[in-house]
Amino acid sequence: MKLAYWMYAGPAHIGTLRVASSFRNVHAIMHAPLGDDYFNVMRSTSERERDFTPVTASVVDRHVLARGSQEKVVNNISRKDEEQKPDLIVLTPTCTSSILQEDLQNFVDRASLSSESDVIPADVNYYRVNELQAADRTLEQITRFYLDRSRKQNILDRSVTNKPSANIIGIFTLGFHNQHDCRELKRLPGELGIAVNQVIPEGGSLKYLKDLSRAWFNTVPYREVGLMTATFSEEEYGMPYISTTPMGISNTADFIAQIGKLVNVWTSAISEKKFNYELYVDNQTKFVSQAAWFSKSIDCQNLAGKEAAIFGDATHAASITKILVKEMGIRVSCSGTYCKHDAEWFNEQVQGLCNEVLITEDHTEVGDTIARIEPSAIFGTQMERHIGKRIDIPCGVISSPVHIQNFPLGYRPFLGHEGTNQIADLIYNSFNLGMEDHPLDVFGGHDTKEISAKSLSTNRKNINWTPEAESEPKKIPGFVRGKIKKNTESSAIQNNISEITIDVTFVAKEKLSP
Amino acid sequence: MKTLEIPTFECETGNYHTFCPISCVAWLYQKIEDSFFLVVGTKTRGYFLQSAPGVTIFAEPRYAMAESEEGDISAQLNDQKELERICLRVKNDRNPSVIIWIGTCTTEIIKMDLEGIAPKLEKQLGIPIVVARANGLDYAFTQGEDTALAAMTHRCPESNHRITDQEEVNTAKVILVDTAPNNNLFGQKNKLTKCNLVLFGSLPSSVASQLNLESRRQSVSVSGWLPSQKYADLPALGKGVYVCGVNPFLSRTATTLMRRRRCQLIGAPFPIGPDGTRAWIEKICSAFDLKPEGLEERESRIWKSLSDYLEILTGKSIFFMGDNLLEISLARFLIRCGMVVYEVGIPYMDRRYQAAELLLLQRTCEKMKKPMPRIVEKPDNYSQVQRMHELQPDLAITGMAHANPLEARNIDTKWSVEFTFAQIHGFVNARDALELVTRPLRRKGDSIPGCRNLSKQTVNV
Repeated sequence: MKLAYWMYAGPAHIGTLRVASSFRNVHAIMHAPLGDDYFNVMRSTSERERDFTPVTASVVDRHVLARGSQEKVVNNISRKDEEQKPDLIVLTPTCTSSILQEDLQNFVDRASLSSESDVIPADVNYYRVNELQAADRTLEQITRFYLDRSRKQNILDRSVTNKPSANIIGIFTLGFHNQHDCRELKRLPGELGIAVNQVIPEGGSLKYLKDLSRAWFNTVPYREVGLMTATFSEEEYGMPYISTTPMGISNTADFIAQIGKLVNVWTSAISEKKFNYELYVDNQTKFVSQAAWFSKSIDCQNLAGKEAAIFGDATHAASITKILVKEMGIRVSCSGTYCKHDAEWFNEQVQGLCNEVLITEDHTEVGDTIARIEPSAIFGTQMERHIGKRIDIPCGVISSPVHIQNFPLGYRPFLGHEGTNQIADLIYNSFNLGMEDHPLDVFGGHDTKEISAKSLSTNRKNINWTPEAESEPKKIPGFVRGKIKKNTESSAIQNNISEITIDVTFVAKEKLSP
Repeated sequence: MKTLEIPTFECETGNYHTFCPISCVAWLYQKIEDSFFLVVGTKTRGYFLQSAPGVTIFAEPRYAMAESEEGDISAQLNDQKELERICLRVKNDRNPSVIIWIGTCTTEIIKMDLEGIAPKLEKQLGIPIVVARANGLDYAFTQGEDTALAAMTHRCPESNHRITDQEEVNTAKVILVDTAPNNNLFGQKNKLTKCNLVLFGSLPSSVASQLNLESRRQSVSVSGWLPSQKYADLPALGKGVYVCGVNPFLSRTATTLMRRRRCQLIGAPFPIGPDGTRAWIEKICSAFDLKPEGLEERESRIWKSLSDYLEILTGKSIFFMGDNLLEISLARFLIRCGMVVYEVGIPYMDRRYQAAELLLLQRTCEKMKKPMPRIVEKPDNYSQVQRMHELQPDLAITGMAHANPLEARNIDTKWSVEFTFAQIHGFVNARDALELVTRPLRRKGDSIPGCRNLSKQTVNV
């Protein structure tokens, strides 16, 4: 057993559900007790999703515990099949079903006999993998299922497209700025003369998966999800892939260079033409992305040598570390990730860029490290933002887990050239606010302090608050407290009451209602 | 208690969305100031606590997970030793007056003997350990609080009632006490009946003091609350103590109070809405043979003050999908406000504990000349959504999972959880409750063309 207050990566089934519900017309059925379908809440509130989350629970209750699921799961699958006619139903195991050791494969076999939809069990071990690993695995499983089947049915089109094209793998629901990154990633190849063949899983349709291998190559923008699918496609279908994350100027340039290489292998064979992207990269870096200029500008000079601490998922933490150190000249005292399973890669990436590397899933360890280092700014997850608040250090949020405020409506990619602009803003604003604070401290703060300290309530000369009653307004949210106090006092004056007791506060509240 | 036969009861498949009952931790730890809640279970539960009930986690909460790992499930590790290690750390870090273990589905399935281990560790650590099995196998959302309070009843001290054995027949509860006569603000009688009345249900402290005040106006003093603000202040229970619930989901606690602590339950409607509050106080007064004073005027005054909200609500229709067991009381209140209730979904319906509330609901329907709503226990959300497409209610009270999708389908919604966290009890808060209900109706405005019906799917009814 482990004492845990908070966790960075969620449980495995969340990953499976995220992938399943990102595809179009795929339904997931969880084998879980009542209340475990909170994934629907997360998706509906954080993503502000307009449609019902295609996830239902086959509820495990006392009866199931006593007699096993028997027909229940199968019935629930058939019911969904009839009601919503999904292309695929993914039976999702949870911790409960793995402890109960029910034979999900058997349910699936029985259900597929009668249902029109395809039915597969998510092949995920709850106790061995986390949310991200499970998502990676599920995406591979679904892709493999459809590619293999089309191959067996001989409908798999293995001819590459006439024009160069690419798949984007790993964009999915509840991903950190994934929607915006996706738009940026579709635009980028477009400018390079490369079509986007398919984006999976987000918005992907299973019936087109058979054409997945027609793309010239795959791109996997995030390390956490999609690599398994990419390596599988490479092994079985000979599709090359790019796993560089185009985040930051140099990584984006590197990404484009790799595209050039892959594309030219074919174009030179087909038409003896060669793409040269050097000029494009140069132009983008100089004129579209402001980040290169920004790092030359006097603003960024002020940042030189400042210290930062970084924590997040492997992709974002590593990329941001590179950007801070190589592109902005900021010292990174500590860089870390909670993706323990990918520690080796992470270490390799940030090697030589930071003083210490932190691989942990324990947020208190992260908090302690940050408190010890006392950086000028933190770049981390929602948790680091709160740590920063506590110890008064500004924080830019660069990675999941996040709140609803990190699902912005406006266009905020982290990838590509527009992404470099967004990141530069984020970094600069975090530091700038930090600097602004210090002069304030030195000069004793804004001189409005005295004004704001003045009570907003009416003249209190003749009015006494009993200590008990005094504590009452404190229970009211701060922003209305002044108003309530004032109303209470004026109500007391009206009634010729000189001492405000707890009863008077309630009477006043009642009267307040018109 | 009589059970009430209501012809419109139905039971569906139980495929509905609700919060896991362990969410009670989120409000109970704030209520009981010196407690520490330890949820024993897997990551699934911990992730729920941090992602669904929200931000409170960052304020150094007094709750945590004892996260079961593979070794715990396969019994390679000794449960008692593991829990001992964790509770010792909690004791050192936070020094709480009580540790409350919340059993989850996991502990149920692997049959971890929490109730057996607790007394042993309690002795070893010197901290009381209360065990509440708030799991999704048996309970929904607010019922979590019910299990926790039921477990806590056993920890309440025995009341050393001043009545001696020979008086017991009389179960006399009336001891007149003079109070300071200086404060005549409320036209209060100068005597307060010393009753042994314990109210149960976790309410924010200001709401609790408001209800205390309400009963004090009727010369009934409340001798204690379960739960109290501090674990050490748990109320004394025993024979001759009257208990009354303030929330409709506390049936286990009520049963435990009656059967195990031999308290006398006052079965009343719940103090939600002015009508409910009045009926609640009247029922309490009648238990102590007191004649309620000024209640009628007080109720009508409150109703008058609500007139602007009532104008919005009258004639509007509402649909409760059901997830927190407050549904019957809210429906009753809203029918009295002039609304038409199409359906009351509810996770679990204890007809005995809610008998008085159901009766009031029925009377309210008659009085307002409104049809009795159908009450659907263990609802099926998918079918409910189909029904809603047909009925097109003006407002749906629903869980967070369905709110946005329904809004996109042109049905105004209100999150049901808000009723669990907002202050809705008593006369004073009637306005706050209606503020919640009317909010989606008030903000209605079709100023942006095409902003209704924004679903990306086609609706097939």
